[in-house]
Amino acid sequence: MKVSDLVEKYGLKVFSGKEGLGKTIEGGYVSDLLSDVMGNAAENEVWITLQTHQNVMAIASLKDLAAVILVKGLEPDEDTLEHSREEEIPLLGTAMGTFEMAGKLYADLNPGSQS
Amino acid sequence: MAIELNFTIEGGDFSNAGKASSKIKKVLKQLNIEAKIIKKIVVAVYEAEVNVAAHAYSGNVKALVGENDVVVMVSDSGPGIENVELAMKEGYSTASKEVREMGFGAGMGLANIKRNTDELKIETKVGEGTTVTFSLNYS
Repeated sequence: MKVSDLVEKYGLKVFSGKEGLGKTIEGGYVSDLLSDVMGNAAENEVWITLQTHQNVMAIASLKDLAAVILVKGLEPDEDTLEHSREEEIPLLGTAMGTFEMAGKLYADLNPGSQS
Repeated sequence: MAIELNFTIEGGDFSNAGKASSKIKKVLKQLNIEAKIIKKIVVAVYEAEVNVAAHAYSGNVKALVGENDVVVMVSDSGPGIENVELAMKEGYSTASKEVREMGFGAGMGLANIKRNTDELKIETKVGEGTTVTFSLNYS
């Protein structure tokens, strides 16, 4: 599944970093604690969070994440957008809450999990 | 011969946290250092940068990229750490409310550094500052 597939399927808003929409998603990570993401997220995962400041993109870049999804209709700070553009990592948004978004992504990435 | 990289960090300046780790990552990539090593050192440097931004008045990062290892020294002038053993404990933090609201200050920083490096040394003096030195061997 590519980031663009996820955007299309759930009507996610693409705030910035559309150059990275072709990246392949290998997993997901959910956390609002930055050190937790720094320590435990893996390359090409999608990070779902409610943090909107630019350190989110710094971490996404350092960890080579596929994309970041902001939940509950939250809007990124201006410097977060800039950082996303510079790093070409998609910054996405949804009106869904974390639980719902994560559940959908999990089901898409693990098609055998729903019996 | 080691390549030396230097960066300065201002206390409270979270907008620049990640600059040193990002640059170090690029240099290590150019030098064809193993991806696994780069991933680990980047986590450690980032956490150290955030620690300076969150706790100190000012600090600097010095990275020595050698043939067999990378050594990073992060020194700050700041309040120092009163109880290093406690500070190393996962979940313990003295970060302010504002810092925590940003998602920092979860008490995982030093533990993340330790987990991702081969050696970690913390020298600190209350009221003066802290120097955190860590290294990672390539092989």
